[in-house]
Amino acid sequence: MITSKKLSTKIWMYSLLIVGVILSIAPFYWMIVGSTHPSGEIFRVPPKLLPGGFLAKNFQTLSESLGIAKIFWNSLFIAIVYTFVSTLISAMAGYAFAKYRFKGKNIFFFVILCSLMIPFQVTLIPLFEMMVAFDWLNTYQAIILPSLAAPFAIYLMRQNMQAVPTSIIEASRVDGAGELKIFFSVILPVTRPALAAVAIFQFMAQWNSLLWPLITLNSKEMFTLPVALSSLIGMARIDYGQLMLGTTLSTIPIMIFFLLLQKHFISGILGGSVKE
Amino acid sequence: MLLSFLSMEVFHQLREVPLVEETEKVVSTAANYRTKTRRNLLTPKTAPYVFIAPAFLLILIFTVYPVISSFILSFQEVRGIEKSFVGLANYTRLIHDPVFYKALLNTFQILIIQVPIMIFVALLIAVGLHSSLIKAKALFRIAYFMPAITALVAASIVFMILLDEHFGLVNYFLSFIGVDKIPWLTSPFWAKVSVILVMTWRWTGYNMVILLAGLQNIPADLYEAASIDGAGKVKQFFMITLPQLKPVFIFTVVMSTIGTLQLFDEPFILTHGGPNSATMTITLYLYETGFKFFDFGYASAIAYVLVLITAIVSWVQMKLVGDTEE
Repeated sequence: MITSKKLSTKIWMYSLLIVGVILSIAPFYWMIVGSTHPSGEIFRVPPKLLPGGFLAKNFQTLSESLGIAKIFWNSLFIAIVYTFVSTLISAMAGYAFAKYRFKGKNIFFFVILCSLMIPFQVTLIPLFEMMVAFDWLNTYQAIILPSLAAPFAIYLMRQNMQAVPTSIIEASRVDGAGELKIFFSVILPVTRPALAAVAIFQFMAQWNSLLWPLITLNSKEMFTLPVALSSLIGMARIDYGQLMLGTTLSTIPIMIFFLLLQKHFISGILGGSVKE
Repeated sequence: MLLSFLSMEVFHQLREVPLVEETEKVVSTAANYRTKTRRNLLTPKTAPYVFIAPAFLLILIFTVYPVISSFILSFQEVRGIEKSFVGLANYTRLIHDPVFYKALLNTFQILIIQVPIMIFVALLIAVGLHSSLIKAKALFRIAYFMPAITALVAASIVFMILLDEHFGLVNYFLSFIGVDKIPWLTSPFWAKVSVILVMTWRWTGYNMVILLAGLQNIPADLYEAASIDGAGKVKQFFMITLPQLKPVFIFTVVMSTIGTLQLFDEPFILTHGGPNSATMTITLYLYETGFKFFDFGYASAIAYVLVLITAIVSWVQMKLVGDTEE
C-alpha cells in the first residue's frame, strides 16, 4: 500500500520534472532547427520540427548582411581580454584587501562597497559623454574599460584570499620571494577555483551584454553579437533564417563551454553565491 | 551590481562564515623581512597600493566620477554642448510625465506578477530535485540551468518568433487544445505576459539552483531530531525547511526584484516598449530619453529615480534579513 503510493508520487514527480526540462530545452532545439531553414519555412503551419538544408545559405546571407565573422571575432576578443584583465586586477585588489594592512584600506574598501550598490544605469550618460570626449566610440576599449574593475569580483576575491593561510605567505617571504612573486606563484595557484568562478562570470556578462555596447557602437564592423542581433530586428524585412542562425552562433560557444565546465560554470554564473 | 553584493552575503550565510572577518592574521611586520626583500621594488609596505591601484583608479574614473556627474546633470538642461542649471525642472517634469508613470507602473506590474510565480516554480522544482525519490539530479540541474547561460537578446529573439501571432509555434500548439490565436506581441496586455514569459524561462532555473543549494545546506540532523520527535514530512517542511531556507529565499526574491527594476533587454527586443508603451520600463525609457533624444539632463533624473527605488528595495531587504538573524 505504502510502496504503491510512493511509486505513484515518484511517477508524478518525474513527469512534472521532465515537462519542466522540455520547456527549458525546447527553445534551444527550435533555435538550432530554425537556423537550417529559410525565413519563410520558419513560419510554416504545420511547423517544420526537423533540420532543413538551408544552413549554408543562411550563413552566406548572414555573412553578406553583417560580416558575421568579424562580429564573432569582436565579441570573442572583447570577452577574452576583458575576462583576463578584470580577473587579474580583481585578484590583485582582493589580495591586497585580504592580506595586507595599510593606510586608507578602509576608505578604499568603502568606496568599492558603495559602487557595488549603485545600479550601473546611472553611469551611462556621463560615460557616454566621456567616450565622446576621448573619441572612443566604436572602439574595443570603450566596451572593455568602463566595467573592467568589477566591485563584486574584488569582493569575492577578497573573501577567498582571506581563506588562504597567512603562514604560506610568511614562509615564502622568509625564503626571499618578492611580493609580486608571492602573488603570482603562491597565491594565484591556490585560489584557482575562485579565479575560475570570477572568470566565467565576467566572460558571460561581457559576451551577453547589450545595453552599453548598443550605446557605444554604431558602426557595423565593430558590433558585438548581441548588438548585431538587435540590429537585425530593426530591419524593415526581417530574415528569420539568418536571425536564428545568428542567435545560434551567439549561444553555441557558451553552451559547449557550459557542458564542459558545468560545475565551475554554475558557481561562476551565480557569482560564487552557491557552495558546490 | 547590487545583486552581486547580495550574492556575496548569501555566499557567506551558506558557508557560515561571518561577513566581516577578523584581519588579525594579516602580515604587515615589514621589518622582519626587510633584509630579504631589498632586491625587490615592492616591499610589504608599498605592495598593497600597487595591487589595488589598477582596480581603484578604474573605479574612480568609470564609476565614482560618472555617479557624481550624473547627479549634477540631473539638475541641468543639455543643449548640444551647452549645459545650464535648471534646478528641479527635470524632476518636476518627471512627476508630470505620463510615459514615465507608465514605465514605473509597467515595471511594478511585471515585478509583482513575475517574481512570485518564478520563485514559487523554482522552489517547487528545487524541492522536487532535493527529494530522495529523484535520481539523475545532476542531469536535471544542467537542463534547468541551460536557459540561464543564454544572452537575454538571444532568448528574446527566439521567443519573439515562437510567440508570433499567426505563425508562431506557441499559438500552433495552443490551437490543439482549442485556444484561439493569442496576439502575444501586439496587444498591450499580452505583450506584458510575453515579457513575463521570457523572463520566467530565462531565470527560473537560475533561482532554482540557488534554492536547491540552500536546501542542501540545511543540516540533516535537524530532520533526524524532528523525526524522533514524531514530526511528519509536511510538518518538517514548514517547521524546518522553510525557516532554514529563509535567507536564501529572501536573497532570490531581492535579486530578482532588483533585476526586474533594471529590465531592458527583453522589452527592447520583443516589443520595443510597445504596443502603446505597454512594455516601456524605467531603463528602456532612460535609454530612449538619453540616446534617442539625447536629453541627458532628463535621462539623468530618470537614472536617479532608479537609484532611489533600488535603495528603498535594498533597505527593505536589509530589514528582512536583519529579522531572520534575531
